[in-house]
Amino acid sequence: MAKIVAGVGMSHVPAIGVAVDGGNTGDDYWKPLFAGFEKSKQWIKDQNPDVVIVVYNDHATAFSLELIPTFALGCAAKYDIADEGWGARPVPPVIGHPELAWHMAQSLVLDEFDMTIVNDMEVDHGLTVPLSLMFDQPDVWPCPVVPICVNVVQFPPPTGNRCYNLGKAIRRAVESFDKDLKVVIFGTGGMSHQLQAERAGLINSKFDKEFLDFMANDPKSAAAISHVEYLREAGSEGIELVMWNVMRGAIDEDVNEIHRHYHVPASNTAVGHIILENKK
Amino acid sequence: MSDSNDYKNIPGTYIFDAEQSRNGYHLNMFCMSLRHEKNRTAFKADEGKYLDEYPMTSAQRQAVLDRQWNEMLALGGNVYYTSKLGACDGINFQQLAAVMTGMDVADYRAMMVAGGRPIDGNRYKSEWEDGGKA
Repeated sequence: MAKIVAGVGMSHVPAIGVAVDGGNTGDDYWKPLFAGFEKSKQWIKDQNPDVVIVVYNDHATAFSLELIPTFALGCAAKYDIADEGWGARPVPPVIGHPELAWHMAQSLVLDEFDMTIVNDMEVDHGLTVPLSLMFDQPDVWPCPVVPICVNVVQFPPPTGNRCYNLGKAIRRAVESFDKDLKVVIFGTGGMSHQLQAERAGLINSKFDKEFLDFMANDPKSAAAISHVEYLREAGSEGIELVMWNVMRGAIDEDVNEIHRHYHVPASNTAVGHIILENKK
Repeated sequence: MSDSNDYKNIPGTYIFDAEQSRNGYHLNMFCMSLRHEKNRTAFKADEGKYLDEYPMTSAQRQAVLDRQWNEMLALGGNVYYTSKLGACDGINFQQLAAVMTGMDVADYRAMMVAGGRPIDGNRYKSEWEDGGKA
């Protein structure tokens, strides 16, 4: 049986990818941010997962206004790295796990989560920055990835509660896969940030830290946060945090917090990170 | 579960809702096209000619030509799309954000390093009515 053993929450700011690719992670500006991921890199190396599920949002890359899936599930064997407008990141292509992903698609649809199935998709910083933060700069990524894209660009995104319940359905899907696989799920995006208009630069550390507390100890309170609260308190793009609820739903309600990190800023954004393990 | 328009009461913010998306479709799809290098090259070579392919309003077209970033958002643009026009101009997300706030890029960066724009005083439009943004 496949099993989700842990969940990881983290931001996916594009400037982090630029810093990694440019070799600037040791600069004064970036050093404290990356220092908070040293333990995480060792942790995931020790975990040595067979598959990582990455919940993220596409940023007008694979999906545009032509097609806006609320939840999309990548079933491809390989995902090329997208040129988002400033050239493709020099990172390895992402290898998928079609067998598990297709099983998840079937299970989720029958479980009444009507996923959009994607067989051809380029992936952007939303997926590759989390891989860089956790796996550093390998020649090939150490394990296959199942991408799950959540619409958070077109308002309204799915509710936090819907995301939380999708996480529970993902867990049922993974646990009904008949091969022994150790799976870790990443929930990405946020934390507080606003990229647009006159209020750009908003950071709400109090909100972010409470959200991290909810992730650790009170997932139902996180799942109950309304759209307008995210928008007002965490900034118009801070609503990406809704995706952490998918990760949180896919692990036990009562978990062990292994690691936490919070740093301001990365470009326009507060960076948050948490590692939560299921109790054995 | 709230389906209200409370989000319209947030100052200095455009929420990309159904109305904005309807109004901004062609503007955003133009920006989207700049994801590809060959399109960036064509746009830079002749902006007006390139824009002729996208049936946006004259106000949207002018906002693009003048790089009026907030105006593009007001007219239905979404920042994940307009940032591709920024990238085409060699402007990154932080520089673009600074421009939209009306701040000098160095001052904006310093504000972020100092912890960002505070939430207090920046939640409701009424808080901006006298004295402007915090």
